[in-house]
Amino acid sequence: MAHLLDLDLVFVTGKGGVGKTTTAAALASVAAVRGQRVLVCEMDAKGALATAFEVGALEFEPTEVAPGLHAMSMNTEDSLREYLRLFVKIPLIGRLGLLASTFDFVADAAPGVKEILAVGKLCWEVKERNYDLVVVDAEASGHVVSQIGAPRVIADLVQVGLVRDQTQWMLDILEDPQRTGVVVVTTPEEMPVTESIELLTRLRAETGSHPAAVIANRVLPAIFDRAEQPVARHIGDAVPELVAAVGPGAGAVVEAASIIESRRAIGAEHLGRLRTAVAEMDPSGSTGEVSTPLPIVTVSELFSRAHGHRVVTLVAEALDEELG
Amino acid sequence: MAAKKAKKTAAKKAAATRSKPRRQAQTAPLPSLDPLLASREMILVAGSGGVGKTTVAAALGLAAVQRQPGRVLVLTVDPARRLATALGIESFGNTPHRIPTEAFEEAGVTIRGELHVAMLDTKAGWDELIRRHAPDAATREAVLENPLYENITGRFVHSHDYLAMEQLHDLHATGEYDLVIVDTPPSRNALTILDAPRRMADFFGSRLLRWLTVPYRSRLFTFASKPFYQVADRVLGSRFLQDIADFFVLFQKMESGFIKRAKEVEALLVDPRTAFVVVSTLETAPAHEARFLAESLEERKMAVGAIVANRVLPADLASTEASAAARDLGERTGSDGVSDVADAVATVTGDDAATVDRVLHQMATRFDDLAMVAAREADRRKELAALATTTVSVPWLHGDIHDLNGLASLACYLRGVPDGADSKQ
Repeated sequence: MAHLLDLDLVFVTGKGGVGKTTTAAALASVAAVRGQRVLVCEMDAKGALATAFEVGALEFEPTEVAPGLHAMSMNTEDSLREYLRLFVKIPLIGRLGLLASTFDFVADAAPGVKEILAVGKLCWEVKERNYDLVVVDAEASGHVVSQIGAPRVIADLVQVGLVRDQTQWMLDILEDPQRTGVVVVTTPEEMPVTESIELLTRLRAETGSHPAAVIANRVLPAIFDRAEQPVARHIGDAVPELVAAVGPGAGAVVEAASIIESRRAIGAEHLGRLRTAVAEMDPSGSTGEVSTPLPIVTVSELFSRAHGHRVVTLVAEALDEELG
Repeated sequence: MAAKKAKKTAAKKAAATRSKPRRQAQTAPLPSLDPLLASREMILVAGSGGVGKTTVAAALGLAAVQRQPGRVLVLTVDPARRLATALGIESFGNTPHRIPTEAFEEAGVTIRGELHVAMLDTKAGWDELIRRHAPDAATREAVLENPLYENITGRFVHSHDYLAMEQLHDLHATGEYDLVIVDTPPSRNALTILDAPRRMADFFGSRLLRWLTVPYRSRLFTFASKPFYQVADRVLGSRFLQDIADFFVLFQKMESGFIKRAKEVEALLVDPRTAFVVVSTLETAPAHEARFLAESLEERKMAVGAIVANRVLPADLASTEASAAARDLGERTGSDGVSDVADAVATVTGDDAATVDRVLHQMATRFDDLAMVAAREADRRKELAALATTTVSVPWLHGDIHDLNGLASLACYLRGVPDGADSKQ
């Protein structure tokens, strides 16, 4: 299972609100703590990654946020600038302002262009071996397929030109299960699990990239074992006795347990659905190689904190243990 | 089934013991969305992903027809499958359909009006737009069959967002409904929804689109665009650029129709008959986004009709009374032998006293977990309440809502009559 961190490029995605950014930050932290040189990149420029590390706004130029851990925010214009410098070799830097905004517009309109500039930058870092691991806080599940699948789209749509010529080396990286993997983050809830299952299916069908793991976040640990569960449910009948013994707050204590138990039971149902769906998927994917089934890693609900660097640290600790 | 029932009974009993704070709250009437539902013609339900927007939108529709006669339409974006099944919208897609009266009767839900639902289908919506704005059949077919069409409509103006607005406009304009409620698409940056009509208008009015669509040859001779063209040509290939240009030439024929429409849609957002309902849980990130959204709405002179705090924990979990009880219970249980508390409880429930002792001890120990979250939620709630005149709290209703009964419970909370919800459960 240490396999995940042996990859060169990991895309972290999932439905909005499941803890995608925190998970990406935590995964990058684990790798960095283990001695890897890591780049973590936020794709949507929303600033959530900066919040996760409690640092100021991130830029295209990576910042070292912890020893060995570099963080950046994707920016299509900077990526284009770098691209032109590296590949087109036109010294246009001075004039690029207007040009880039115009290009940005075309890129907005033309399918895959913006994505390929972003994904291309990430692949470039991998290709140049600037880092041992590149972790991407990618787009949410609805959009990640077009992000990762951009080189394929471009290869299909664009017949000639530099971009077309360069899709192949990107595809070589993106479609190699030893180098690139997609981590799908979910919570044990109805919609996130449903979207995750759909995404896993689409990833296999529409991109050449391989799912590397599912991370089930915010899983509630059971309070009671099987024998205790029915007994716990009966406690509600004895609230007056409890109130008599420990005071009027007893009702809230019983209710809290009932809420946690009920949430846990519903979550377990959804996790079960996820496990079944994952088990039914062909683990070998499109390559036909025999490989191990997709691992599902669980991270427990952290009641103590909900946001910021402390959470990243706690999730990193949990992942560190789970990943072995 | 029996287990479920027992759980519900337990929850009810627990709720009954909390009657004290509840009665206090009822001396002043609870906040209600009834006035908003009665006074507006269009309601947009917004908020970050995963907060229960779709369910709240559906429940708002139900709340409206419970109180008043009339036709109410709920336009949802991406309902969970079970909810879609319950509403019978799976097979209807873009076409609004009425939830049959029998369905409400079966569920024991009394309504006075008609509740209609439809699901937003982006692809079909775009096709419809093209059909409407295309000047002739040839343009229409050429656009619909262009290989870039799907890709481009999927991206260039946040088409989901725009389409939701567009459909709201259309459905309201039909004059068939007293109230149209739109569940806005999940978007990480809620502002894209508000700015979608303007972006649409800007896009069609832009110089770049003009430039892209001038004939290939004359473009080469335009001095200003020459360096761009050279680079773009090298990078993307002239063939691809030509494909894009061809597509936009077609699209440009529809420009005036699109711009006019986008402006009408934009006007609708600031119309006094329109209000936003911002939904959020009381977790940090969604609440932060809700605040950002509410402030942005205000800046744009759009009305924040109400804030719905969804899936909140009971406020008394954060009370000192409760933590005192938990501490006391924890100290008295969990050691060797059976405590007197466990004995008293076991006499009532008929369970093994030693197991009861263990269970009580666990309950007491784990209480702080949730109490901590409840305390945090209280802070978030205060912040959100400052953003709108009406803030309604909806408790976590023991599970996902996927039938009319569940929606009815939720509707009761939205209307400020939670006792109705208790009798519903």
